[in-house]
Amino acid sequence: MATILVRYGEIALKGKNRGQFEQQLHRNLKGALHDLEASVTRHRGRFSVNCPDAVLHQITIRLGRIFGLTSFSPVYETVLDIEAIKEKAAGIVRDLPDSKNTFKVKARRSNKDFPYSSPELNRILGAHLLHSYPGLAVKIDDPSFTLEVEIGYHKAYLYLERISGPGGLPVGTCGRALLLLSGGIDSPAAGWLAMKRGLSVEAVHFHSFPFTSRHSLEKVVDLCRKLVLYGYKLPLHQVSVTKIQEALRKNCPDELGVILLRRMMLRLAERLCGQRKLQALVTGESLGQVASQTLESIDVISKATRMLILRPLIGFDKLEITGIAEKIDTYQTSILPFEDCCTLFVPGSPVTKPKLAVVERSEQNLDLEFLLDEAMKTLETQIIR
Amino acid sequence: MKGAYLDNSATTPPHPEVLDLMSRVQEQFFGNPSAIHYKGIEAKRIITAARRQVANVLGVREQEIIFTSGGTEANNLAICGAARRNRKRGDHLVTTAFEHHSTINCFRYLEKEGFRASYLPVDASGMIDLEMLQHEIGPATTLVSIIHVNNEIGTILPLTAIGRIIKTKNPRTLFHVDAVQSFARLTLDPEGWQADLISCSSHKIHGPKGAGCLWVKRGTPLDPLLHGGGQEAGLRSGTENTAALAGFGLAARISGSAQGKKETAFVTLKRTFLKRLEESGIDFSVNGPEPEKAAPHIINLAFPGIKAEMLLHALEEKQVYVSAGSACHSRHPEPSHVLKAIGLKDDLLTGSLRFSFSILNDLDEITLAAKETTDAVEYLRSLFK
Repeated sequence: MATILVRYGEIALKGKNRGQFEQQLHRNLKGALHDLEASVTRHRGRFSVNCPDAVLHQITIRLGRIFGLTSFSPVYETVLDIEAIKEKAAGIVRDLPDSKNTFKVKARRSNKDFPYSSPELNRILGAHLLHSYPGLAVKIDDPSFTLEVEIGYHKAYLYLERISGPGGLPVGTCGRALLLLSGGIDSPAAGWLAMKRGLSVEAVHFHSFPFTSRHSLEKVVDLCRKLVLYGYKLPLHQVSVTKIQEALRKNCPDELGVILLRRMMLRLAERLCGQRKLQALVTGESLGQVASQTLESIDVISKATRMLILRPLIGFDKLEITGIAEKIDTYQTSILPFEDCCTLFVPGSPVTKPKLAVVERSEQNLDLEFLLDEAMKTLETQIIR
Repeated sequence: MKGAYLDNSATTPPHPEVLDLMSRVQEQFFGNPSAIHYKGIEAKRIITAARRQVANVLGVREQEIIFTSGGTEANNLAICGAARRNRKRGDHLVTTAFEHHSTINCFRYLEKEGFRASYLPVDASGMIDLEMLQHEIGPATTLVSIIHVNNEIGTILPLTAIGRIIKTKNPRTLFHVDAVQSFARLTLDPEGWQADLISCSSHKIHGPKGAGCLWVKRGTPLDPLLHGGGQEAGLRSGTENTAALAGFGLAARISGSAQGKKETAFVTLKRTFLKRLEESGIDFSVNGPEPEKAAPHIINLAFPGIKAEMLLHALEEKQVYVSAGSACHSRHPEPSHVLKAIGLKDDLLTGSLRFSFSILNDLDEITLAAKETTDAVEYLRSLFK
């Protein structure tokens, strides 16, 4: 059996939030590991995961995706006995390669009933290692390894490494939001950043058969499967905007097509939020990338709804966004060449500085309520796990 | 059945008898055909029977059938195998500009190995210039590879004339025919063509995927691609896929019987389809050869001003399945090399669809497909004009 100590950013927490934060993190941990033979235990300021050695590697990969974790360490356990701890320490060091020849010991005593203080432990264990392995030397600054020891209430834990966690806040502690997921590179990255700040996310994808291929849906499902690794459940909603696009083609100026379509998407998203009790929208918009993302366009588009719109990517460069997409493994899926709803209807010269009055006037040619009602009838939802 | 499956040049639905036979073979005759105990002998017997069935349809000796994983492998074995084996005699290879990718890409690969390749241009109907062929063949030409029926536009190449030219000019030049689109649908004449190698596939004739063959005329010098236990006369090592080969054999027998009657049936399907479309008054034209001169089961149509992929998806919504010779995503246009080779203009390149029939299609399906095509074309024209 292996044990992993899991640490989270307790310093950032105050008062009542702390309990809620820990409970949610506990749920998220259990959710992420539910299909593996692993048990999660909550301690004071820590979690520990117990699992068979065979799944240790898989578990460390999954822990690396749980927001709220600052770091974790696979540990060696012993009983609370100084001789047992000394023996375990010597055993751990015996298996290290010869190049690991300088060290320090860093003990931490949470359980004050243990008879030795942290500095005493450092000294006792350091001396024991020096005595056991004559080739070793103590080096306080930049040693080649650090043996850390934590004295808990029931056991002592020894470990050599701290693996960085993803940071952030546990998904589900900051509210619920709807991610507008196009299938491009940006929106999955935006969704990931929203989850990182503790939002529980649902996704909506607008499609337009037969103008687009059914492959685009497969692609969005694949993207959700990547995103859901950072949470444990992701409802994916799909809404057809084919009829809306037809109406826009027939009744509105071509050059406003994209702006009008996006405004319709926001209205549909707002309705969906009402149904699903979601508090905000998350989009992959980043300033100035394409015609529909000039400041003027974003402004005119967002005036279609009164909902709060979060744009986690607003300050990111394309390269930075691509970096996130690669890190969360959505990039290769996103660049598959299937059209999304917008690309096929992009006019030769789209408006880059739309006027709200002009846009609203051309919407008067449309029966908005009817179009939105009809589109909502095409809603299909699947839960991605 | 609702809808119509008209993408039979991509693949065909398997015959029920074929599926039934395969599941029985998989269950009962699982032995390794190379094993010397009874389980091996009975599996070997199944393969021998399949070999006989395929050889009968081709009118060749059964020992000359080399089973492969399909048409692509057969083309690779024929082209790479012949070119490499005969390199001492010459380094020049000839093919046409509108072959299947499995041929074209073998030629391109061999060019990287230092071979010289000639790609004969084709005219608007997909015909090569026989004088040019004669001119290309020289003492160093070791292989000519020609497709029998082009998979996208249905041109039937005059293989008897081609074979005569090749063998008159250089009797030692090998003649490979890619008959994937014609095997068991049109009459094949290995002797009359003076062919040395012929590729065939199983899943285009209602057999399973993962099976095909290369006919290798006795005495044809060829290098294997796969080295190992020496199965298939040393030309294709690897444990045989007994069930798939049994399915291939049966499919060849079923499809190969009463061939003349079937050709007539195909002609009727094609004529009806074209007649219905003409009656509808929509704007379209036929790509490649005149319909009556082309293979009876393939027709490629251009719909000017329409994006083929949208039309394809619109038909898909009505359960009519066809194929777009060219992929037309706005971001990654990849026009078909075949349609480019016959000199199609840009707007037709992105607006062409292939309809391909099988013996399982009936006139009702054809009529339905013509009606749905008409409706979809009119609908898309109304939006995009």
